[in-house]
Amino acid sequence: MNPGLGIREGAALHFFGKMSASISHEIKNVLAIINENAGLLEDYNLMAERGSPVGPGRLKALADTIMAQIRRADAIVKNMNRFAHSVDEEKRAFDVGDILELVVALSSRFASVRGVELKMRPRSERLSVVSYPFFLANLLWLALDFAMGEVGKGKTVELVAEKSGEGVVIRLTRLEALENSPDAGFPGEREDALLQTLGAGLSVDHGEGRVTIELPAEIGP
Amino acid sequence: MNEKVLLLDDEEDFLEAMSQRMGARGMEVRTTTYPNEALKMAEEEPFDAVVMDLMLPEMDGLQVLQELRRINPRLRVILLTGYATAEKRAEAKNLGAVDLVEKPADIDILTHRIRRVGGNRMEQDTPEKGDEGRLARKL
Repeated sequence: MNPGLGIREGAALHFFGKMSASISHEIKNVLAIINENAGLLEDYNLMAERGSPVGPGRLKALADTIMAQIRRADAIVKNMNRFAHSVDEEKRAFDVGDILELVVALSSRFASVRGVELKMRPRSERLSVVSYPFFLANLLWLALDFAMGEVGKGKTVELVAEKSGEGVVIRLTRLEALENSPDAGFPGEREDALLQTLGAGLSVDHGEGRVTIELPAEIGP
Repeated sequence: MNEKVLLLDDEEDFLEAMSQRMGARGMEVRTTTYPNEALKMAEEEPFDAVVMDLMLPEMDGLQVLQELRRINPRLRVILLTGYATAEKRAEAKNLGAVDLVEKPADIDILTHRIRRVGGNRMEQDTPEKGDEGRLARKL
C-alpha cells in the first residue's frame, strides 16, 4: 500500500486513515440528522404560514434532538482531537486507561457495524507508563479488531486495564470463539513491530478466550 | 398514487425526521434500523424504492443491496451515505443501485430522485411546487 514504509509505519498510517474515515463518516451522520431536523423546522414554518401551526411539544422535541446531536458531534471531535494529538510527542508519560478509552470510543462504530458490544471495566487507579501513546493505540486497535472479528455478531468483548507489578496489563476477554481458531494468525508482523517498539508482550489464550498485553512502566530510549 | 419507500439506516433520529419529511411530501414511508428486518419487509410488501445507508450494523450495505435485488429485481435502490469510495460506488452500481446520494442530502433532490426512479410506474416527476402543495395538505 505504501512502498518505502516500514511495517510499523505502514500499520500506523493505515490505522490513522481508518480512524479518520470512520470519524468523518460519523460526523456526516450527525450533520444529516441536524439537516433533517432543521428541514422539519422549515416544514413546520411552512405549515404555520398556511394556518396550521404545530404545538410547542413538537418544536421542543426537535430542539432536543438537535442539541443531543451537537453534544454527540462535540464528543466525536474531542476524540478526534485527542487522537490527532497522540502523535505530538513520540514518547511521554500517560495513563493507559485514557488511551484504552479513546480506542474503545474510536472503535464503537466498527463494533456496531459488526454487531459486537464493547464493554470496558472501570479503572480504580491511574495506570501511568512512559511509552508511545500512538503506537499503543495502534496495537490496541489491532487487538480489538482481531477480537471483534473472532467473536462475531451478538457477542461482547470486555476490556480491562490494571496494574501488574511495575507495569500495566490490558486484557481483552470473553473471546470464547478463540477456542475454535487455534491458528488465527494473530499476532502478525504488524503487531510484532508495534510490540517491539513498545517493549511489550502479547499472548493469546485460546482456551480461556483472552488476549493479554503487558506493558512495561517505562521503555528505554 | 403515493410512492411506497423503505428507509434503512442505523440512526433512529435520522429515520424519524426523514420519514416525517418524506411523508409530508406524499410518500408512504416504512423505516427500520436492521438490515434483516428490511429484507423481510421487502419480501412481504411491495416497495417502489429503498433508500439505505451503506454502513449498517451486522450486515454489509452492499450485501443488503444484493439481497434486496435478489428478492425483487425491479426494486429501485438509492444509497444515501456519508461517503463512498469510487470502488464502492462502482460496486454498488454493478449490483444494481440506481443512485448514490451523499449525506446530508437535500430532501427535494432526494424526493425528485425517488420519483424519477419510480417514474416508469407512476409517470410523475414534479418536484418542488407540487411537493409544497402536498406538504401543506399533509401537515
